[in-house]
Amino acid sequence: MKTIDKLILWSRLKSPWILHFNSGACNGCDIEIVDALTPKYDIERFGIVLKSTPRHADVLVVSGPVTLQQVPRLKRIYEQMPEPKFVLAIGACGCSGGVFNGCYSVVPGGLDQVLPVSAYIPGCPVRPEAIIDGVVKLLSSLEN
Amino acid sequence: MSKITIPLGPQHPALKEPENFMLVLEGEQIENATINLGYNHRGMEKAAEERTFIQNMYLLERVCGICSHSHTTCYVTNVEEAAKAEVPERALAIRVLVGELERVHSHLLWLGVAAYEIGFETLFMYTWRDREQVLDCLELLSGNRVHYSINTIGGVRRDITPEQKNEVLKRINFLEERTKYYIKVATEEPTVRARAANVGKLPYEVALERGAVGPTARASGVKRDVRKDAPYLLYDKLDFNLITHDSCDVFGRVVVRALELMESYKLIKQVLNYLPEGPLTVKVPPRIAPAEVVNLYEAPRGEDIHYLKTNGTDKPERLKVRAPTLANLQSVTYMLEGGWLADVPLVIAAIDPCMSCTDRAMVYDRKTDKTQVYDWEDLRRLGIEAYKRKGVDFSKF
Ligand code: SF4
Repeated sequence: MKTIDKLILWSRLKSPWILHFNSGACNGCDIEIVDALTPKYDIERFGIVLKSTPRHADVLVVSGPVTLQQVPRLKRIYEQMPEPKFVLAIGACGCSGGVFNGCYSVVPGGLDQVLPVSAYIPGCPVRPEAIIDGVVKLLSSLEN
Repeated sequence: MSKITIPLGPQHPALKEPENFMLVLEGEQIENATINLGYNHRGMEKAAEERTFIQNMYLLERVCGICSHSHTTCYVTNVEEAAKAEVPERALAIRVLVGELERVHSHLLWLGVAAYEIGFETLFMYTWRDREQVLDCLELLSGNRVHYSINTIGGVRRDITPEQKNEVLKRINFLEERTKYYIKVATEEPTVRARAANVGKLPYEVALERGAVGPTARASGVKRDVRKDAPYLLYDKLDFNLITHDSCDVFGRVVVRALELMESYKLIKQVLNYLPEGPLTVKVPPRIAPAEVVNLYEAPRGEDIHYLKTNGTDKPERLKVRAPTLANLQSVTYMLEGGWLADVPLVIAAIDPCMSCTDRAMVYDRKTDKTQVYDWEDLRRLGIEAYKRKGVDFSKF
């Protein structure tokens, strides 16, 4: 590996920028994601920064089942992210559709029917500890 | 000039609302606002018809993660009424307790979001840190932080022990102190006043005409609270005040919510000291005879209405939910019109919209005939900067 690549990898691991997208969630997962950023859990100590535009983001954090209205938007956001990009499926809904599986306006199955998913964090809603654990596991898997 | 549409991400960092606002601008001023809805539509009412009454409880809890208890309580009350079941009083008391804890968590959350939208991030972090205390209480009582699932048809699933009671009281006392401080910040801090006073005006008559509910209506002087107007659970036995404010603007909405927090603490203490002895549940048969019921519930954001029609089977024939935000959205367009672009995020946040995701505002400038799509973050920044130029700055804190 060239030095420059090492440097890029290092900065990628030490400061992943995330983008939060709600694809139809009930808000439960969303407040827990925001919770993870506030003083008690403070996910920013891992260098994680919440970004508001897909063009700056490394990790797309998606909560909720994917509603049909959101499919094109979600895809477009994913396409706008620079490579390499990762997707985190948050909550039972993101992993499998959760309680909403089978509703007429929701994509059957989970988020992986729409986008390639790198990590699944289950829970309804996910606990902030679980989000931190998931993010750390994703980062350590990148290290290898 | 041809129209230009610049789509910027339909997502934003501080959660919420899947609406799309179409704003027609005259310079910096908003001339007309329209709302598009439906990004979060999942088809729950139809799904409810295919599930049994017990399963529906868990489905309806997930209408909204912030006021989950409101929806389940309203729903189970409907089912119990249709089945003509008498719910024990201890269960009702526990429902009130969890309901008020939920109001505290929701109002603190809102206070934080409002502070974030005006650029006062210190207050955002403070309120969210303190909010953890309520979440701890809820976790202690129900085992979960967000979807408590404390209700079951015919009563509640968990009892409260004396140790839990003491623990909750301890945390509520702490929060009471903190809330006094927030009330002081919100009402006396000139920077907050400069951002919130006279913004998003909703006069009394308009609030009535557009059917505003909850704190949004109460901040326009409308005395409207289901807990007082049509008491459910145990509210007719409890002592609390209906908070109103007559400034009819965002500032009033902040004050109403902050003072309501104090009322909720009072209610929580009353219920904890009242807790009648007795069983937690009564048996309700799985199949329910044909009936039609409607129930109201004062959710943190306002009046929540559930309608239920049963047909003698173990599944509902029809179920309808009218969440408070839908009632308040009619007022938002009024509040936006004539206001400044810089105030848009705060005005929208001030009704505490409770849905999730795709919010972006499309801005149409009459003069240049240009259309531009702003995302939430841009709008927020625009608002903060516009006010900085006027001398309102939070970065000094
Ligand atoms: S996993 Fe649960 S909390 Fe999260 S969005 Fe789905 S229903 Fe809501």
